Amino acid sequence: MNAVVLSTDLAYWAQSLLRVLGGLVAVLLPAGTIVYLFLFKMMSFMQSRLGPMEAGPYGSMQLFAEVGKWLQKEDIYPARADKFLFKIAPIIVLSSTFLLVAVVPFGPDAWFTNFEAGVFYMLAVSSISVLGILIAGWSSANKYSLLGGLRAAGQLIAYELPMVLAVVGVVIQAGTMNMQGIVVAQNAGSIFGWDGLGNPYIFTQFVGFVIFMIAVQAELTQAPFDMPIAESELVSGYMTEYSGFRFLIFFISEFATAGVFSMIASVLFLGGWAVPFSWFGWTNLDDIDNWMNVAGPLILFTKMIVLSFIIMWVRFSYPRFREDQLQRFAWKVLIPVSLVNIMLTAIFKVAF
Amino acid sequence: MSLLGDRQQLAYIASQAADARVNVELETEGMTLNIGPQHPATHGTLRIIARLDGEQVIWAEPSAGYMHRGYEKLTEVRTYPQVTSLVNRIDWLGSFANEVPFILAAEKLMGVEAPSRAQHIRTILFELSRIANVSLFLGDLGVQLGAITPVFFAFRDREYVLNLIEGATGGRFHPNFDRIGGLKEDLPAGFIDETRNVMKKLRTFCDQIEDLLFGNEIFQSRTRGIGVIPKDVALQYGMSGANLRASGVDWDLRRDQSLPMAWDKADWKVITHPDGDSFARCWVRLQEVRESTRIVDQLLDTIPAGPVMAKVPKIIKVPEGEAWVSTENPLGEMGYYVVSQGDMGPFRVKIRSASFNNISIVPWLLKGVYVPDIITILASLYFILGDIDR
Repeated sequence: MNAVVLSTDLAYWAQSLLRVLGGLVAVLLPAGTIVYLFLFKMMSFMQSRLGPMEAGPYGSMQLFAEVGKWLQKEDIYPARADKFLFKIAPIIVLSSTFLLVAVVPFGPDAWFTNFEAGVFYMLAVSSISVLGILIAGWSSANKYSLLGGLRAAGQLIAYELPMVLAVVGVVIQAGTMNMQGIVVAQNAGSIFGWDGLGNPYIFTQFVGFVIFMIAVQAELTQAPFDMPIAESELVSGYMTEYSGFRFLIFFISEFATAGVFSMIASVLFLGGWAVPFSWFGWTNLDDIDNWMNVAGPLILFTKMIVLSFIIMWVRFSYPRFREDQLQRFAWKVLIPVSLVNIMLTAIFKVAF
Repeated sequence: MSLLGDRQQLAYIASQAADARVNVELETEGMTLNIGPQHPATHGTLRIIARLDGEQVIWAEPSAGYMHRGYEKLTEVRTYPQVTSLVNRIDWLGSFANEVPFILAAEKLMGVEAPSRAQHIRTILFELSRIANVSLFLGDLGVQLGAITPVFFAFRDREYVLNLIEGATGGRFHPNFDRIGGLKEDLPAGFIDETRNVMKKLRTFCDQIEDLLFGNEIFQSRTRGIGVIPKDVALQYGMSGANLRASGVDWDLRRDQSLPMAWDKADWKVITHPDGDSFARCWVRLQEVRESTRIVDQLLDTIPAGPVMAKVPKIIKVPEGEAWVSTENPLGEMGYYVVSQGDMGPFRVKIRSASFNNISIVPWLLKGVYVPDIITILASLYFILGDIDR
């Protein structure tokens, strides 16, 4: 496998630092900006309005304007808040996003970590944000925030399970938990012998894909699963007391996490950074040309935008569930369906 | 002061009783949640004190009066023509409709009747303000339930109606257009064609909202069976308007009483729904917007020629007497009891506004519901703070 020059010559700490900076600068910032701008313009058109128009040409600098606005604001915390916990809560939520990005492969060699149990790690790390949200809800010393935090805890735990079960189908089909391996398995694969498109698991694991996207929607606490935030009843729930910089962190992590989950979904179900290998006569990772390290991230970004568009589309057009209806939906519909999906996948895996 | 003390005492006893119920099973503590005075679900400054067991409400009490402006008292120091500019602001979303019953009461005392053309135009503007009011409700309903998009459609299409009202009266929100004996002016040129176009747009808007919200399964699961008001309870609490009709009571003042207005010149029907739940209340309002557009369309066809002002003296003095006139306003029955002692201004005015009676059912209705349902129920009861506090 071609190794990136930097990673062989530098010390481990320097590599790690570069990867962290790379994660920040190369992935999260553009991802956040593009997702934010694209989606806000898109949603504005859906709602028959123009969206941001003033900041920069056609409103393209809106994100910078908003970051500037939030940074200027005073960092307020309530008098009775647990100050230490109140301050670290948004950072915990954001760190969950950062840790998620670490396992996403962007190209044959463009990855931050090529972790063997990548899927496992991804599922584990994504639940860290629950801690941050619970802490934020509790430490705000606000009844609305407490209600929001508790709702978030119940909801995120309930939707971890369908998410895990939906991914199990993919793992069974790919035969690996490595994210890179899943990409290769999809693009080198074939659907019952036809390999014109490879085998993006959205075709064979469509049920899994739908369940995964629903669970992602719930993990992101976005409508129709936005009871923890619920502006009209809990007045933004666990975020009620946050302002200025700390609110900005929550805000960024909301959009960045939407982007990162879309990337993960495109890796798991849409073939990740690659287009089908058969188009270029490739069969495995070693054959792949270096230019895919440049084209790969762009392909992944395209898929990410499509998926985050779907996430936001649902978000802006559905009303929200009630707490008990949401739990019922998770335990009585999603989990049984995903278990059946796993069973069928296993049977097909053995049969073919 | 003693009344307030008694009330607080009662509230205290009730909350203690509520606590006792909470503590039985799981030894959990109750929590008192103040919804409002500043809260997005209260359309203003209504405060609802809710005693919660987890997410379940065990006791709730609305506390109104944060926006009391004393209109009943203020009318005593105004002349009759000046009062319309006050009562405009009671239900600020459908403000022309507030002027009409007061003017009708004054006309009744004076024995004046507006010319037929003025009656038609009054009815058209009345229905336009109903459409402006309820179409905003339909969008706001989505926001309360978490769907952000419908409210943008609602604001967009309400704007057309407000433009019509502005074109005719000169005021978008507070027309102050109704006069004793008729109207300030005739309709502007082009009003009739423009109104026909707008009514078409509004019917499209109703279809859109029906697709976007009422057909949505999440919306239905959030509203069906939530906050059910049986017929007898609705009548006991003095509810009116769409809230009453959604409980299956076929009662509409536009049809059931004869006023010098033009509703009887049009062919329309009173919408009722047997369920009495939140969905029924929203659905009835949606259908009423459609009916209103039909009324406006028909009245535009049959609008007679003639003056818009009857012969009234320059300085209006209302003879001694008492009169009660109520109309079917966007929010429900709105009435004015005007007592005159022969002066230029009323001696005493009692305003019966719909929302005040409609929210009196809230303590009964909120018992045992979940916190998200509070919002659904408040949204579907549809009150406007100005209409509660006056």
